[in-house]
Amino acid sequence: MIKGTILRISGPVIIARGMKGSKMYDVVTVGEEALRGEIIRLEGEDAVIQVYEDTTGLMTGEPVENTEKPLSVELGPGLLASIYDGVQRPLPVLLELSGDFIARGISAPGLNREKKWEFVPSVKIGDTVATGDILGTVKEFHFEHRILVPHYVSGTVTDIRSGPFTVEDTICTLDTATHLSMVQVWPVRIPRPHLKKLDPILPLITGQRVFDCIFPVTKGGTAMIPGGFGTGKTVSEQTLAKWSDTQIVVYIGCGERGNEMTDVLEEFPELVDPRTNLPLIERTILIANTSNMPVAAREASIYTGITIAEYFRDMGYDVALMADSTSRWGEALREVSGRLEEMPGEEGYPAYLATRLSAFYERAGRVVCLGSGERNGSITVVGAVSPPGGDFSEPITQNTLRVVGTFWALDTNLAYRRHFPSVNWIKSYSLYLDSIGDWYTKNVAPDWRELREKTMYLLQKEVELQEIVQLVGPDALPESEKVILDVTRMIREDFLQQSAYSDLDSFCPIEKQYLMLKVIMTYYTRVIEGMNRGISLKQVQELSLKADIGRMKEIQEINRIQDMIGEIDKQLLSLEVER
Amino acid sequence: MKPVSLVTKEYKTIDYVSGPLIFVNNVKGASYGEIVEITLRDGEERTGQVLDISEEHAVIQVYEGTRGIDTTDTSVRFTGEPARINVSLDMLGRVFSGVGKARDGGPDIIPEAILDIAGTPINPSARDKPADFIQTGMSAIDGLNTLVRGQKLPIFSGSGLPASKLAAQIARQAKVRGEGEKFAVVFVAMGITHKEASFFMRDFERTGALERVVFFMNLADDPTVERLAAPRCGLTVAEFLAFTHNLHVLVILTDMINYCEALREISTAREEVPGRRGYPGYMYTDLSSIYERAGRLKGKSGSITQIPILTMPDDDITHPVPDLTGYITEGQIVLSRDLFRRGADPPVDALPCLSRLMNLGIGAGKTREDHRGVADQLYASYAYGRDLRRLVAIVGEEALTELDKKYLKLADGFEKEFISQGDDDRSIEDTFKIAWDLFSMLPEDELKRIKRDYIKKYHPLHQEQSGG
Repeated sequence: MIKGTILRISGPVIIARGMKGSKMYDVVTVGEEALRGEIIRLEGEDAVIQVYEDTTGLMTGEPVENTEKPLSVELGPGLLASIYDGVQRPLPVLLELSGDFIARGISAPGLNREKKWEFVPSVKIGDTVATGDILGTVKEFHFEHRILVPHYVSGTVTDIRSGPFTVEDTICTLDTATHLSMVQVWPVRIPRPHLKKLDPILPLITGQRVFDCIFPVTKGGTAMIPGGFGTGKTVSEQTLAKWSDTQIVVYIGCGERGNEMTDVLEEFPELVDPRTNLPLIERTILIANTSNMPVAAREASIYTGITIAEYFRDMGYDVALMADSTSRWGEALREVSGRLEEMPGEEGYPAYLATRLSAFYERAGRVVCLGSGERNGSITVVGAVSPPGGDFSEPITQNTLRVVGTFWALDTNLAYRRHFPSVNWIKSYSLYLDSIGDWYTKNVAPDWRELREKTMYLLQKEVELQEIVQLVGPDALPESEKVILDVTRMIREDFLQQSAYSDLDSFCPIEKQYLMLKVIMTYYTRVIEGMNRGISLKQVQELSLKADIGRMKEIQEINRIQDMIGEIDKQLLSLEVER
Repeated sequence: MKPVSLVTKEYKTIDYVSGPLIFVNNVKGASYGEIVEITLRDGEERTGQVLDISEEHAVIQVYEGTRGIDTTDTSVRFTGEPARINVSLDMLGRVFSGVGKARDGGPDIIPEAILDIAGTPINPSARDKPADFIQTGMSAIDGLNTLVRGQKLPIFSGSGLPASKLAAQIARQAKVRGEGEKFAVVFVAMGITHKEASFFMRDFERTGALERVVFFMNLADDPTVERLAAPRCGLTVAEFLAFTHNLHVLVILTDMINYCEALREISTAREEVPGRRGYPGYMYTDLSSIYERAGRLKGKSGSITQIPILTMPDDDITHPVPDLTGYITEGQIVLSRDLFRRGADPPVDALPCLSRLMNLGIGAGKTREDHRGVADQLYASYAYGRDLRRLVAIVGEEALTELDKKYLKLADGFEKEFISQGDDDRSIEDTFKIAWDLFSMLPEDELKRIKRDYIKKYHPLHQEQSGG
């Protein structure tokens, strides 16, 4: 065991002497209270350590011990519906140990050691198994938790059990005298291996119109949500966590508000997944490292989160990972880097910021999992970014932009007028439109892409027209262009806007999304046709159609929206030209 | 537990003095964050705190400033204890300095407990969801950006704007309806002028609330470094009152910009790599260790609600201090110079305001079922009306459609009648009534943000019809 002593203390960073033989990223215990930390730099026999807990009260000369293990998480049954801090300490257990406020120097295993899980084997004695093969399953709530052969292990099964076991009990023995239990340990900074990466061709359906229909992201894709404060990043992340069509959701509250995590904790058990009718909490894992919790643990939290996501991906499931906010993670990097007195890059961030960011986002993807019986799994990463002053030219936004496929730019001005989600339709983009076109054509409608392009064209046109209106007033526009302003207002207010708090509209099925857009576009086409025949805008505006379209969101029955298309055709085609 | 050292260590090895910092050489066994006692040549005592320790020296920030400290005779004694404060229920009605010493000439308090002022983070799973609607009597807040118990809602002001008046009015009028009051106010002044401080003092006195207030006063001419301790002392007392004595505590922190300036001063003296505008890179983390000390706990009936006040330099909301604050707090109330000039009282600029916890405190059973819709509709209509003003400036009002003219009128009415209210204490029903009167200027089809049922129920036109 490598033992040293504390030489220097500066905030979350300490330097220990006598650490010869230590490796980078070894986990160490610091001081009499055995605070956990991680080696982030080696200089001769000195090790620079970031400490995951508050360092107040530490003294020079106190002992430092190296565990000689990297920072790891425990993976196994019991993860679902858990809430952890950034280094996978279960918060409810800490609550029992230290009360309402988190004390220092307490540790608790990530998985419950006492709880027994009913293990159902799917291999038998004599079978040959290798990494990634399914040994058996455990029912965790209603979820089929697959127990996989860990990495670097293979052999012939000499004993396999069934029945209730704790995560540490041996459930399987191999001829290599390897005893396997249900828990695996994996170092968080190393991506879990997979067989190969696949192209993302399936969309992540979120029930949000602006995301699904206009700027979609794929299962296995990456998206970023940047926006100044109050633009609704957190609400968007939470909405995605609620309604995304994945089997597992990992939600990382990285340096954000405590009350928000409480909100998720209290709301998710009551909310029901619209597809499975099961409580949302049963598919969710929460990682809460609030802004006032130690900054080094915040740095670790997104790695803890994505490793857990990879574990479920390896079982062959689709996972959505929400990181709110990656800026706070970048700031944690900056803070530690500053204490190390490293040469700063842009805005004081370390020069390796871009490398770390892209390495994190590349852990997303749709893959073929290791193990026999081909399984595909995916991780979709949605990272919120909090640019200072809402200025997108800052390093974290720019470096993230280079690696993500979908860009949902939130707009302060839209938020001010309570246009939510405040996604700016001019700035945002999705690079996945081509790859998921097939799926939409097959499963939604052949003309989805065409409708989308037309919508985007009109919205773009609106910007130009608004500029003219600002100069000469709305009356100067010809009627055909006034119609465009009418219709784009409809698109904005009756389609793009979607309240996360509305009981009827917070989740909108993809079929309904398509029909809503179809209704508005039919209206536009018919009005333009009518005008070509000679009817006036005034005649159109006297119809009650606009008010009906404005209430589409509240309509639950898809048939009734379908009927509206017919109604629009009927009313507009029957308008007579006024003499 | 860590063994407590019985030997106190005293050093006369000050090597270097820079701004508020002193560097002491060859210190053995000092602990990070501990308090030191400094004795000057003439016997004067000061306190400081350890910021950094290394083999060569310990860096200490001196709360009362470094004037008069020399490198030969001044001695430094390490106490081995973190910064602490004596707390007691008897602190109500008393005035303390930024580091918690009595400053009103009264006797020292007899402590019920001695607490570490840095505090520890609340376990997120111990938090209880804020849910109680606080009626502040201000339409701009109650109607549009509702405050709930356990929230942290800052006021972003500009120099010369009446943020203090607004904060005092909230403190005076705030109540949870249908509940007996068991409240306390912790008022923390950081670097504000005597005039501002006495404004609050007089206002509390006038309303008879003075004996429910704990003051921590660090005025403009008091030592800067004390400003770093003042909010932490205040919040430690607030936590004690809320979670030991079950009081509902309102914490007013003013002015956060002075706090951040003190932080920057220390950071510069330590020669740290500066972040934006010279503020240290860890300012977000530092501010969150203040703002996050608000909320409610499961199984405890007390709560801490924070109203920090900060002055935006040059009214710039993207300045690092308001920016980072906005990222941590649960919304913000923004004052506008433009509205102030036009006589609005309070001059709240509704558009950039926000309350993130609003939805937890409103709706049927709490305020009224139409609250969400009414607020959204007011926002959307007012924002549109404001856009039109710009258009009118260019093309004139005649160029507008009839409908747009109505929106323009609504925007004016909104500022004059809804936002502006002077010293009135409005009930939430009054606020809704004004809102619906404004809506009646518009055609009903324009009220898309409100459910049709609620329009039928609350629209003045329908009420007249059903009323006969």
